[in-house]
Amino acid sequence: MGAEYIPVLLLGALAFAFAVFSVTLATLTGPKRYNRAKRDAYECGIDPTPQPMGGGHFSIKYYLTAMLFIIFDIEIVFLYPWAVSFGLMGVFALVEVILFIVTVFCVYLFVWRRGGLEWD
Amino acid sequence: MNELIASVFETPVINYRQLSPILIILGAAVISVLVEAFVPRANRRVVQLVLVFLALITAIIWAVTGAGQQAITGEGAIAVDGPGTFLQITILIVSVFVAMLMAENRLDPAGDAFTARANSLPGSEDEREYTNRGWTTTELWPLFLFSVGGMLLFVVANDLLILFVALEVMSLPLYLMAAIARRRRLLSQEAAMKYFLLGAFGSAFFLYGSAMAYGFAGSIRLGDIANAISALPGPNGLIIAAVALLSVGMFFKIAAVPFHMWAPDVYVGAPSPVTAFMASCVKIAGVGVLLRVMYVAFSGLAWDWRPLFWIVSIVTMLVATILALTQTDIKRMLAYSSISHAGFLLIAVIALNPQGIASTLIYLVVYATATVGAFGIVTLVRGPSGEATHLSQWAGLGKRSPLVAGGFAILLLSFAGIPLTAGFIGKFTVFGAGIAGGATPVVIVGAVASMIAAFFYVRVIVLMFFTDPAEDGPTVVTPSPFTGIAISVSVILTVIFGIFPQPLIELAEKASIFIR
Amino acid sequence: MNLTSSLIASGQESEAVEASVNYAMQASGAFTWMWLLIAFPLFGAAFLLLAGRRTDKWGHWLGVAMSLASFATAVVMFFAMIASPDADRSQTLHLWDWIAVGRFEVPIALHLDQLSMTFVLLITGVGSLIHIYAVGYMAEDPARRRFFAYLNLFVAAMLLLVLADSYLVLYFGWEGVGLASYLLISFFQYKPSAAVAGKKAFVVNRVGDIGMSIAIMLMFVTFGSVTFEGVLGNVGMASETANTWIGLMLLLAACGKSAQFPLQSWLLDAMEGPTPVSALIHAATMVTAGVYLIVRSGPIFEAAPTAATAVIVIGAITLMFGAIIGCAKDDIKKVLAGSTMSQIGYMMLAAGLGPIGYVFAIFHLVAHGCFKANMFLGAGSIMHGMNDQVDMRRFGALRFVMVGTFITFSAGWLAIMGIPPFAGFFSKDKIIEAAFMHGWIPGLVAAIGAGITAFYMTRLWTMTFTGKARWTEDNQHPHESPKIMLIPIAILAFLSVSIGFILAYGDAIINWLTPVTGYAEQETVLNHYIIEYGTLAMVIAGAVIAYLQYRRDVPITPPQHVSALTTAARRDLYGDAFNEAVFMRPGQWLTRSLVFLDSRVVDGAVNGVAALAGGLSGRLRRLQTGYVRSYGLWMLIGAVVLLGFLILVRV
Repeated sequence: MGAEYIPVLLLGALAFAFAVFSVTLATLTGPKRYNRAKRDAYECGIDPTPQPMGGGHFSIKYYLTAMLFIIFDIEIVFLYPWAVSFGLMGVFALVEVILFIVTVFCVYLFVWRRGGLEWD
Repeated sequence: MNELIASVFETPVINYRQLSPILIILGAAVISVLVEAFVPRANRRVVQLVLVFLALITAIIWAVTGAGQQAITGEGAIAVDGPGTFLQITILIVSVFVAMLMAENRLDPAGDAFTARANSLPGSEDEREYTNRGWTTTELWPLFLFSVGGMLLFVVANDLLILFVALEVMSLPLYLMAAIARRRRLLSQEAAMKYFLLGAFGSAFFLYGSAMAYGFAGSIRLGDIANAISALPGPNGLIIAAVALLSVGMFFKIAAVPFHMWAPDVYVGAPSPVTAFMASCVKIAGVGVLLRVMYVAFSGLAWDWRPLFWIVSIVTMLVATILALTQTDIKRMLAYSSISHAGFLLIAVIALNPQGIASTLIYLVVYATATVGAFGIVTLVRGPSGEATHLSQWAGLGKRSPLVAGGFAILLLSFAGIPLTAGFIGKFTVFGAGIAGGATPVVIVGAVASMIAAFFYVRVIVLMFFTDPAEDGPTVVTPSPFTGIAISVSVILTVIFGIFPQPLIELAEKASIFIR
Repeated sequence: MNLTSSLIASGQESEAVEASVNYAMQASGAFTWMWLLIAFPLFGAAFLLLAGRRTDKWGHWLGVAMSLASFATAVVMFFAMIASPDADRSQTLHLWDWIAVGRFEVPIALHLDQLSMTFVLLITGVGSLIHIYAVGYMAEDPARRRFFAYLNLFVAAMLLLVLADSYLVLYFGWEGVGLASYLLISFFQYKPSAAVAGKKAFVVNRVGDIGMSIAIMLMFVTFGSVTFEGVLGNVGMASETANTWIGLMLLLAACGKSAQFPLQSWLLDAMEGPTPVSALIHAATMVTAGVYLIVRSGPIFEAAPTAATAVIVIGAITLMFGAIIGCAKDDIKKVLAGSTMSQIGYMMLAAGLGPIGYVFAIFHLVAHGCFKANMFLGAGSIMHGMNDQVDMRRFGALRFVMVGTFITFSAGWLAIMGIPPFAGFFSKDKIIEAAFMHGWIPGLVAAIGAGITAFYMTRLWTMTFTGKARWTEDNQHPHESPKIMLIPIAILAFLSVSIGFILAYGDAIINWLTPVTGYAEQETVLNHYIIEYGTLAMVIAGAVIAYLQYRRDVPITPPQHVSALTTAARRDLYGDAFNEAVFMRPGQWLTRSLVFLDSRVVDGAVNGVAALAGGLSGRLRRLQTGYVRSYGLWMLIGAVVLLGFLILVRV
């Protein structure tokens, strides 16, 4: 019954082995000449600004914005399947989606009025 | 080709009349969010209160007038049947009284039971400033309405996915509501954090169980799962795992041992009106769903899960009762009492007969009635730094305030299941159902547990009436009519259900058939 | 032809069934209002408790009115009952079904027959008089409204007790009067002795109540019913053992409530309550509930001779016990309390005798209710005039200053001694006679008891009313009580004189009660006249000895060098010591451990179970660490165990 999954498993194992293999090989054979620039997050570009205070804490506002993004993002995802099957369900679908969007819009209003979209 | 798709994608039939209580509450919740956005802070409380009570009462009227019409609706995702409607109405009515407790603002000199601003640092200058301005967390009300809406959906959900969604709609607001106590804020926030983390853990079990059930039956509909089970030739690991994991998720919600550990901490930390809400409405919804899932979907596997439920029920009753014996905090004691009631309720689930359903409904009504009153009274007994919950502070309360102490004594007697109180009727019918369902040993343990339990309830009564009050003991504050009415109704109903239980019993018996 | 006759036969059968149903016929006419009897005082109690201080000014009159309304209803019922034929005098009023689940039904119903009617009249009649009296007696008390609320509550509960149609409903009334009694004994909360006495009554009564609840459970197991009809009608179907155990448990319950040996000790302490309470609850009504219970359950005791003998023995012991205690006490109310115990002992004795005694138990109960209430109210009147002094050694010569009290009290005194033609003569004499029908021992105990009764009552009377005044400084000016107190006493005094004659005339009480309790006569072991005159001689001897002894100077402080018997009697015949060892210590331990929060206080030796539970609780509590991580771990363990268990079950 599970036989058809075996190739998938094999592929996964292969990918995993390849990753381990290449990292190990690079560590063993590569030249090791470290300098400051090389230890940076990326070997190019400028330092990330502003530096987080106390080594690693971001402002809580990042999280707030990120969460708002995710929430609205996920709500909007629902519109894709709706759009695909809209023609099949007619007025019903229209009414339902209007209800849905109105509800999301209410949340948007709340966030906006309560200052959730202001940075400072 | 088009025709083929059309046959798959038919316009869903949604019976809005049957769903009206849920829609009213959730609609009111959305409006309540807008109130938060647009109404000036000074008027918010009043507008929210009007909205909440209007919504609850309208929903009750719609639910009551619509009762008796059974229907599977929402493409089979929702089953509005006797137990569902009964529990919905119960949740709504209990919510009215919980909302009254939440609306109380005369007990604390600073305002109601909720913090001035949830994001101010506890003990900071900020917090003091906002408190002085007389602010309060009115966001409580949309959260409350969403949670109630979630519960209403939870008890009529007929497929595992809707169950899960309803579970989250019910739970997420609760995590926040637990965090916004005005007094002892750190404790409250800690409680909310614990509740959230463990709640997420519990939900994960539930979701995983749903996945297993889907893997087994190819459907998430409870009825389809039952059909798949009856067609099952031999043992199947998937469905066993599904039963176990779904049970864990629901045991967590009703706080059955060993998934109860969050309850004492959260009950103590959360603001008392919110604790009342959790202890009453969440328990109603949780047990209601446990009953539906076990009866509708898994009755075919009764031989498998019944022994398990026996053990959980016995362990829950005994552990909770024994732990309650040494509690020194009244809210903690009530928390353990609430856990032990979960054990008693499980007896009715085990029974697996119509009596089991009816007795669960009765037990939930009488238990929730008394719980709201008990936590309401807890909010009245106050010292200089908020509620005085240490048991020693309740000594001699009967001499200072006989009416309050007398009311509390009646509620405790009801919890203990003494005749002529509602609690006796609950225990009596549940035990009866248990015996009829062949669970006599569990009933015997239940009887023993209720005897031990009577000890610690009576201990509080003795403490209140037979000991001298402490010198600098707490005072009983006179509440506004909100809390006053909620407590009086709770006590009066507890007595009335104890003396005239027959209408309640008949109503519950009439409502005791699930549809699928 | 055959067919017809069989039809007729079956028709006759069904008639027979109907006749047996008639035993508890559905109430009709005036009797449909019998719930009012309870509703009036219940409403009064609820109103007075909830109404608050605004009603302080007139609340007590509402209490009196409710009691009188109940009495008026009782009188109407009484005449309605007299007007109906014998067969219709037993009426049942079905109120509602308390629980009806499947075949299990517990109806809540009231049952009024001649026996309950007698009690209802006594309770509401004497109760109303005492309500009126209390208006005067409690005039100074700031909590008078609360007092009347409790009195009304008591009347309602007591009426529920005697009107009950089943043992379960009776039990509710039983607990109700216990509660009211507790509240009233400890009414003077500022007095520690009153609080302690209240607790004592509470604990001792609980011991009795255990008997009651066990009896009800046994009935349910044996007969599958708890109604009087279902239990008493089917006594023959149960084994004698079952009947004996039920009977003994009922006796235990009766001992608790009626202060019978060995549960008698609370009654003496209960005298800490206000005097009207002592009169109403601890003399006239509540303490007779035990007698009512035994008489009502007559068929059970008739089917269980052992239990019936136990009742006789308990009655005889208490009869002597109370009388001896009464001889040694100096506190006027405690003498009366001892006497109450002793008189109830007589009633129990009579109730234990079976059909030859039931009627006289009730007869004596009614007579005693009148004359004892009369004397208690008289004692209250004396206390009222003497600045709450209760020590008889500090009374004396009160006949000149309290004439009304003296005359009325004397009526009670003559009645309790059984001097013809006062009430006690008719009732007590019949009990003694019935006791001699049963045998020598109960007969002699009852007769000697009558002599001792005469002794201690005369002692009380002499020390209080005659001799020289021995008033102490703080009570130099005794005065008569106000009219509102004297009038109820006067009515009761009139009844003390006349009720015996009224009820005995033409065997009225026998004819009245026989349909309910049954009645029988037997040959006495001794000639009828010898019993009557012998008893009378003993009574007169007791009275004369007491008069001669206490007429002279009585020292204000009780003498220390007295016989061992007197010392014992002063200490309630060590009843307290006994009860303390058997009931109070465990009771105290129970309350203490209920109150103490630390489980370590629990004494390991005595209390294995509680210690185990406490220790277990402490150990289990350690799992509740407060850390989310550990809670999460427990959930995980729980889930794994659940899953593992399910798989194991399947395998």
